[in-house]
Amino acid sequence: MSSISCRNLCRTFHQGDEVITGLDHVDLDIEEGEFVCLSGPSGSGKTTLLNAMGGLDTPDEGEITVGKYRVDKLSKNELAEMRLHDIGFVFQAYNLIPVLSAIENVEFVMQVQGIAAADRGARARAILAEVGLQGLEDRRPGDMSGGQQQRVAVARAIVNQPALVLADEPTANLDTRSAAQFMDLFVALNRQHGITFVISTHDTRVMAYARRLIRMRDGRIVADEQQEPHGMAV
Amino acid sequence: MKRGSLSVVSTLAWRNLWRNHRRTLIMLLAIAIGVWAMIFMAALMRGMTDEMMRNGLNNLPGEVQIHQANYRDDPSVANSMAPPAGELARELARPPVAAWAARVRVPAVVASERDSRGVTLLGVDPASERAIGSLPGDIQEGRFLEDEHDRGLVIGRKLASRLETALGKRVVLMSQDPQNDIADRGVRVVGIYRARLEGTEDQFVYAGRAAVQEMLGIGDRVSEVAVTAHDYRAVDRWYPQLAAAVGQGLEVAPWTELDSFLASYLSVQDGFSLVFMVVVFLVLSFGLVNTLAMAVFERVREIGLMQALGMPPSLILGQLLLESLYLLGLGLALGNLLALASIRPLESGIDISAVAQGMEMMGMGTTLYPALALTDMAMSTAVVIVLGLLASLLPAWRAARLEPVTALNTTM
Repeated sequence: MSSISCRNLCRTFHQGDEVITGLDHVDLDIEEGEFVCLSGPSGSGKTTLLNAMGGLDTPDEGEITVGKYRVDKLSKNELAEMRLHDIGFVFQAYNLIPVLSAIENVEFVMQVQGIAAADRGARARAILAEVGLQGLEDRRPGDMSGGQQQRVAVARAIVNQPALVLADEPTANLDTRSAAQFMDLFVALNRQHGITFVISTHDTRVMAYARRLIRMRDGRIVADEQQEPHGMAV
Repeated sequence: MKRGSLSVVSTLAWRNLWRNHRRTLIMLLAIAIGVWAMIFMAALMRGMTDEMMRNGLNNLPGEVQIHQANYRDDPSVANSMAPPAGELARELARPPVAAWAARVRVPAVVASERDSRGVTLLGVDPASERAIGSLPGDIQEGRFLEDEHDRGLVIGRKLASRLETALGKRVVLMSQDPQNDIADRGVRVVGIYRARLEGTEDQFVYAGRAAVQEMLGIGDRVSEVAVTAHDYRAVDRWYPQLAAAVGQGLEVAPWTELDSFLASYLSVQDGFSLVFMVVVFLVLSFGLVNTLAMAVFERVREIGLMQALGMPPSLILGQLLLESLYLLGLGLALGNLLALASIRPLESGIDISAVAQGMEMMGMGTTLYPALALTDMAMSTAVVIVLGLLASLLPAWRAARLEPVTALNTTM
């Protein structure tokens, strides 16, 4: 499902009279099980490309295929269905639902999917333990630190073992140790379960984990390189 | 909707409702007071309507009347009927008929030494009239008739004053017999009654039925048979069986036909209650829309997040409507309790004698009895739920239509 194909993607934004180019004729293929970093300065189009792949935003032109889905052709409901079952999102801001506890946040997607309570409870507890949040299951986001919240967000993204995880600056608000833990977890999931990761970042420490590094500037892909991942020194 | 979806939607709706306690409590109070106002006003109006209907039906009297076919066109003694017998008598003895009375009712003139007035002479059998509740309840002086053979006359306080007569004095009763000859008789005033309406005191005089039949020379014939089941709203359900039982030449008419003003007043009052409820809630709905619009505005990012995680627009819509439904439900419960607590103690009557003069024009007495009815509570509940959900639909629909990426990038 996770092979991604983008053809001639264009996206512009209007800010007053100014036209900002988000994506400028982007062509890209990502194979199933790849661990890819999109890098580049702010405004280079990383987040716009991620949003387009996840069906959160619709390009002005071009085609996107994610697995069996022609993303640019799907209705709102079909996009929601695709995101619900096949894609895990991690955002820069922790983006948890404030009225739900940590475990309820992790269970959220499974609940919408209709997974039985006992099953989703067990899976949520296990994944929270895996991200080091054992004992904090019943805390609300307001009672957790930024790092703990981001761990919950990651747990939520991967608990269902989606085929594709799209992460937008996932370590931007984390200290080096937490960032390293997350990246190690992502790499492990990629290796063990074949989950495809596409991570946007301008953090060189994160880029070091990627086997494929795509550099963007002004909405274009300016470099697309394979590399030997070497992790980050903590 | 999947079971898990329903559970998460209801959890989110309930917890989000209490995120801003103060705003929710204020809105809750507003809905509760609105609901209380709807039910309280409906109870007052129902009480007023019941009072007017009772008075009106006591004057008719009865919820159904049986007449000779031409009687309503020409209510003279010539259009009288034989008293109920056979199948009709058996039908009148069967529920839901609670009581009936056969009476002579003719236009007449009462003359005293000083003055004379046109009146309606009622020749009644006190026992059966008492059962249908058509007799004046308040005998101010003297006594009421003892039986149908009583040769005395009971007149209203107002009429006594106009005729300048008094208890124990003789007056002359005059009417027409079936041959259109004058039938008259001197009678003694044995009682003076007081009615809730002065018009009643002025119009109706009571004499023994047998005495009036004898004066008019009509044997045992009567003008009408009044029937009651003590439930004026249900008359259409039971009067057709009486209609089927009467013989040829007689007609059976429900009160809605006999007094079309009362009938239209009842339907206007029922309609007015609904209009009042709708108006009250329309005012409230502005607050409700504002509450929900603010809730959506404050949670745009969260809604975007839920969409990004795959929550379909229908569930977002459902969650916000459920939030509104919780608020409405709590407001309704509180409002209904308030209404029960405030109306029950007043059911024994509210003294409105200060404005009774004006109320008499509407056919009411000096005490108002609020009547709490389940139908009014159900109607206010239906109005609140239907209009409340309609008012919530727009902000909820707009939330469900948000673009995830726009919503996620919203800064508050």
